[in-house]
Amino acid sequence: MAIIPSTAAPPAGSVEVPGPPPVQEQPRPLTTRTLDDLLSVVGSALGAFAGTWVVYEQLLPLSGVLGFVICWYIAFLVMYASVCALSHPRPIVVSKLMTVVMTSAAVLVGLALATVIVYTVGKGVKALVHLNFFTRDMAGVGPTSPLDQGGIAHAIVGSMIMLGIAVAASLPFGLATAVFMTEVGGWFGKVVRTVVEAMTAVPDLLAGLFVYVTLIVGLGWERTGLAAAIAISITMIPIVARSAEVALRVVPGGLREAGQALGASHWQTVRRVVLPTARPGLATALILAMARGVGETAPLLIVSGASTFMNANPTTGPMNSLPLFIYSSIRSPENLTIERGFAAAVVLLAIVFVLFAITRLLAFFSLKRFLKRYKTPEMSTPGGLWT
Amino acid sequence: MDVSVSDLVLDEPREIHPGTPKVDRIFHGSVRFVAFVVMVIFGAIRLFLGAKSVSTFHLYGVRFLTESDWEPSLNRIGISATLLGTVLVALTALIIAFPLALATALYISEYAPARLKATLVSLVDMMAAVPSIIYAAWGFFLLMPHTIGVSHWLHEYLGFIPIFRVDTDPNAAVLAQARYTGSMFIAGIVVSMMVLPIACAVMRGVFAQAPPGEREAAYALGGTRWGMIRTVVLPFGRGGIIGGTMLGLGRALGETVAVAIILSAAFDFKFRILENGGNTISKLIAERFGDATTVQLAALLAAGFVLFVMTLLVNTLAAIMISRSRSGAATEA
Repeated sequence: MAIIPSTAAPPAGSVEVPGPPPVQEQPRPLTTRTLDDLLSVVGSALGAFAGTWVVYEQLLPLSGVLGFVICWYIAFLVMYASVCALSHPRPIVVSKLMTVVMTSAAVLVGLALATVIVYTVGKGVKALVHLNFFTRDMAGVGPTSPLDQGGIAHAIVGSMIMLGIAVAASLPFGLATAVFMTEVGGWFGKVVRTVVEAMTAVPDLLAGLFVYVTLIVGLGWERTGLAAAIAISITMIPIVARSAEVALRVVPGGLREAGQALGASHWQTVRRVVLPTARPGLATALILAMARGVGETAPLLIVSGASTFMNANPTTGPMNSLPLFIYSSIRSPENLTIERGFAAAVVLLAIVFVLFAITRLLAFFSLKRFLKRYKTPEMSTPGGLWT
Repeated sequence: MDVSVSDLVLDEPREIHPGTPKVDRIFHGSVRFVAFVVMVIFGAIRLFLGAKSVSTFHLYGVRFLTESDWEPSLNRIGISATLLGTVLVALTALIIAFPLALATALYISEYAPARLKATLVSLVDMMAAVPSIIYAAWGFFLLMPHTIGVSHWLHEYLGFIPIFRVDTDPNAAVLAQARYTGSMFIAGIVVSMMVLPIACAVMRGVFAQAPPGEREAAYALGGTRWGMIRTVVLPFGRGGIIGGTMLGLGRALGETVAVAIILSAAFDFKFRILENGGNTISKLIAERFGDATTVQLAALLAAGFVLFVMTLLVNTLAAIMISRSRSGAATEA
């Protein structure tokens, strides 16, 4: 078969048409930043700071950091606008002002997120430095016991067990539903999609209430880890199904048709072509749902009793979990208990971030593999596939 | 070459509807079955909530919606105050989150340097993944003490507006700080932290889909960056802006933990968001299910049903808004 070497060189004998020398097209720079721009921002900020300080702190009977910052910001905007107006026409002044407003809003949101993380870690660090915090449970540990006693091992284990059960339940259900909606479909697929979409609207608390009323009040179960895991799965299934559906839908239809054209059955096409292609997306869907599930607090309030001791058996007795432990700890008036709660919050945050980092890594590696697979010279030259 | 008639094979058309292979029938059957089960479970939840509420509405009638008190011992059960509180907290959250989400989404899609974009997108996603209990702890311990001053200021200078009124003297020698804590305003700020990333992610997704041709056309006509955004990106993304905001509203209506921790329970029918006390449906359920009798449990389920109907309405509207706009297909992810 491989008679013609697959190179991109033109065949011998073709006539070279002399054209105009290639012009390197340059996009119009939209983000030129001159010294003038930089100085007007910095100068306005400093000027506004000084002016606000004089007026706010010295002349007017006002106080408070928050008020100062707000006044400073407003003064800065006014000053920046007038500085720009000296050298630019009105549309450009408006554009520059909006740039500053958008940037500062994004910075504000970033700062808010940063304070959440920093504050949580800062308050939790006192309990986190004790190793027993990770290896002991709270059995026999009072609210005023020092931090070198007791720990949250029972809550971590409980959270993991519940999450494990919830994943084991929601992955097959969610994935099969997604496969049904994208690959089989039909009128019934539309019905299922509508129901699942509506289900993402159900507040997570109601899933807990449903499990409470049917299983605990109705069937007389006790409050166990299993009941909590069921409630978590109910909130997770629609998330998995919805995001897995999105991941499956972006699989190019040509791949499916190629599989079928080669004589594969529908099942073989789904199993060997569609699912492997969508694997990174499916993994992301699952892990994001896990991050949601592990932090789910509202249903746990209702269905899982809080224990202070280690209970690794989900079918009997109450089982504590990280969100529930945090919830009960931070409502306590006792400072040490609150610190324990924040330390548990750091652990929960760390779990969520690790799950999150895994999704990013998966996306990154799948991109690398994709490039490796499709950037081979045989594939990238036209006609290369035929040789 | 001699060809006898017997050698001629009559052409038979290839079967073009070869019945589904067995493996495919099993495959289709099983995924259809699982989907059916999922649908039945979720349908059952809704039917169940609906059926339980019917008995409550029979028992209490319209009073269930107009009565503000929740006094099971006096057989006075109603959700008007709770419903109002739910809406007020959600609206407060939305009013704070909307401009920030819009500006952040515009910043990420239009202003941020290209190499920072991916990081910023993951940061917003991460913000959405932070459990609500952590925002609740942050709001209760860090935000609440700092918000008292803001609430007091709003009360002092804008107190003539009914929603900013607080039942205390703003100029008292000793400020009645407790009157300003545990308010719907503070709960709304914390909930806005959870609404923001959801709304922002949807908006950014839509803005990124704005047609490059039209962007370039705006620049080619000499437009500034803001001019381009105002005339191309924002009109194109209008559906996504509204849809994303409503999706966030859906989340805000159902938020439980943050509200349960921050808001002090009160059953007054009031619009005074700066004042201590208030209630939302999810807070009511979370706090009252434990000691509820069967009748009260049904009433809580009915309250939950009202919440569900509200959320569903908002989310459906959001979905319609998103799909009606030009940018519809872009918000799938």
